[in-house]
Amino acid sequence: MNKICVLQEVSYRAWHMWRRNIDVSLVTWKTNVLPPLLEPVLYILAFGIGLGAYVQKISFDGRAYDYLTFLAPGMIAVGVMFHATFDTMYGAFVRLRYQKTFDAIINTPLSAEDILAGEILSGGTKGLFAGAAILLIVTLFGLASYPSSLIILPLSALAGLMFASFGLYFAAQAPYIDNLNLPIFLFINPMFLFSGTFFPLDGMPGWVRLTAELLPLTHLVNITRAATFGRLHAGLFRDLVYILVLAVIVACLSINKMKARLIK
Amino acid sequence: MDPVIKVTDLRKNYGGLRAVNGVDFEIGRGECFGLLGPNGAGKTTTVKMLTCALPLSGGDITVEGMSVNKDPRGIKYILGVCPQEVNLDPDFSVLKNLLVYSRYFDIPYSEARKRAVELIDRFHLHDKLERPIEDLSGGLKKRLLLARALINRPRVLILDEPTTGLDPQSRRQIWDEVRGMKSNGLTTLLTTHYIEEAELLCDRLVIVDAGKIVEQGTPQELILKHLDGKGNLEDVFLKLTGRNLRDE
Repeated sequence: MNKICVLQEVSYRAWHMWRRNIDVSLVTWKTNVLPPLLEPVLYILAFGIGLGAYVQKISFDGRAYDYLTFLAPGMIAVGVMFHATFDTMYGAFVRLRYQKTFDAIINTPLSAEDILAGEILSGGTKGLFAGAAILLIVTLFGLASYPSSLIILPLSALAGLMFASFGLYFAAQAPYIDNLNLPIFLFINPMFLFSGTFFPLDGMPGWVRLTAELLPLTHLVNITRAATFGRLHAGLFRDLVYILVLAVIVACLSINKMKARLIK
Repeated sequence: MDPVIKVTDLRKNYGGLRAVNGVDFEIGRGECFGLLGPNGAGKTTTVKMLTCALPLSGGDITVEGMSVNKDPRGIKYILGVCPQEVNLDPDFSVLKNLLVYSRYFDIPYSEARKRAVELIDRFHLHDKLERPIEDLSGGLKKRLLLARALINRPRVLILDEPTTGLDPQSRRQIWDEVRGMKSNGLTTLLTTHYIEEAELLCDRLVIVDAGKIVEQGTPQELILKHLDGKGNLEDVFLKLTGRNLRDE
């Protein structure tokens, strides 16, 4: 029964788990809807109007941009990362350890693979929602070009699945909920700061650029920025493949790891 | 008649620990079968293997002819499981808990709603229909767990310590329900360490200790055999499993 990738074991029933998680989000919608809509407004005020006043035009890809225009796509990418990762990281941990939700559902026709794939799907949906909400705000501030920015929607869903898989993996690793501080400190926060979100990587020393290349968020930022700037090009295909391949690998790893925790 | 559940040489090892060490029993149609034992005897491990939530280290379990090793999903469609721990969805109301759970069995919404309303009536939960789970008392939570276990009209009901932590009133209400289902011919497996509960509800039972069956029969047979009919099932239980304190 050993298959190369655990995703082959997932059935349509994963959507039942997805529905369950989305239903919970609808019950608690205020806490889910407002943050992705309000966070970018705070960023725009702090960085665009506050810090941006001290920053001269940023040169990127041969053109000069306002700091706020430069920052906007970074905010979208960061929003997708945070909302998707945290959804599975804390959500799945709580459902596993405190609410015992998985223990209840494993007694129904859903398999462990169905349950965990459903978790990743709903985390990915949170990523899509965050990406769409922040894009809306950024658009209202006149910081996104169209139609190229529309690619951000499917991209947020795909990157959301990748980050949700990371979140699930971290949840599966952590013996206690406090242990989740570690991946935030070592992985999420460095990505937040060093993925080309706040400053261009072009002028950085080689080792910084090399490190950034390894961080998944960098690739999401690359495509998102080209999209809001209206300057998509074929070279971004690399970034897309990176996200796609990493999403599949981490999804398999996280489902295996969490399954071992669920069934022992 | 073929047994509904057949457990053959069941084994579960955790490293060197033999949590379940060669257990055999059969449960006939419409029977209420008890699995008794002190803490750490292997009851819950056995139940988890039966509900396909835990892989077997050895042996086999069949439910209606389906093997847990080969067709776990087929088995899970016809089982109703009332777990020991309260694992209701705290974010949903009483009604929504039943409706969401019904989706896992692919029950269409209109049918699920009909069944949920029936169960809510039957388990006297209608006053709490839209209440969140945290507002429910321990007894109500257990009743809702039992109602949830019936949403898929199971052919076999698994009750894992259904009355632990309940007051006598709630306990009796659960017992009445279980007896009612038994008279309707539902096959039931009950684990408990309330011996009175087993004596009252079970047609037949096994006593397990340290992963093995130490005795089996009807409650009356066991009392007759071990105590010449003088005493109750709890005395038999203590005679067979000893008086030492157990911890997990």
